[in-house]
Amino acid sequence: MGSLHPVAEWIVSLLLLAGGFFTLVGAIGLVRLPDFYARLHGPTKATTLGVGSVVIASMLYFTLSTGEIAITEILITAFLFLTAPVSANFLAKAAMHLNVERSEETRGQPWEQ
Amino acid sequence: MTAERLGFPQPWLTVALFVVWQFLADGVSGASVVMGLILAIVIPQITHRFWPDHPRLSRPWVLVRYLVVVFYDIIVASITVTILILNPRRPRPAFVSYPLTLNHPLGVTILASTISLTPGTVSSDVSDDGRLLLIHALDVDDEAELIRTIHERYEKPLLEMFQ
Repeated sequence: MGSLHPVAEWIVSLLLLAGGFFTLVGAIGLVRLPDFYARLHGPTKATTLGVGSVVIASMLYFTLSTGEIAITEILITAFLFLTAPVSANFLAKAAMHLNVERSEETRGQPWEQ
Repeated sequence: MTAERLGFPQPWLTVALFVVWQFLADGVSGASVVMGLILAIVIPQITHRFWPDHPRLSRPWVLVRYLVVVFYDIIVASITVTILILNPRRPRPAFVSYPLTLNHPLGVTILASTISLTPGTVSSDVSDDGRLLLIHALDVDDEAELIRTIHERYEKPLLEMFQ
């Protein structure tokens, strides 16, 4: 594995930092947001960009250092994007069936059916 | 139709599965091609009952434009949510009922997934008659504005593709 060009190294490092930052924000959101429905947004969302940055960093690093185009990362992104909305939807649905408490600021309400 | 008679109920799924298997196998080799072919032929046979009507894309290039818009929105909206989480102000969440114009099942699935993927909104439920989509939004000023944005940005291109 050869060493990277300094510029590439910088870009990879910045992307990793950005990824870490967005994942951290997702975790902070989990603690700070007022109710279950709002907390659902933290991990499914800020992480989309967090994982995205890490995946791009990994692609850049392995493509540049081994000279082979790294494609597995595209699959990771695709599977993540296919599964994240489904799990968020299930969690939200389950919460509505169980009548999980909502914060008082919430306008509108889930319907009964 | 000939593709169907030869045992390929969904030719595109077959192609996609084969290509994905080559990626997963980490490099094309004899073994990965054989295994890929077996999977690509068997999986559509097993799963074709899950697809009562064969999904058909009428304008594939619209999909490309749609994906670009969605990726852009994910980045912008992630930053908005980041600011919102770090901001001491409490968010103003709301449940919004979104009236669906789209009625193709796959189209609605894609729309709901897009809404969930773009930060700040999660689609929570579809009404039994398939006319309303229940969305939980993390921070909204104006429900009508949110509905208009979703309609203009996401539903219109999907309508072009599926109807």
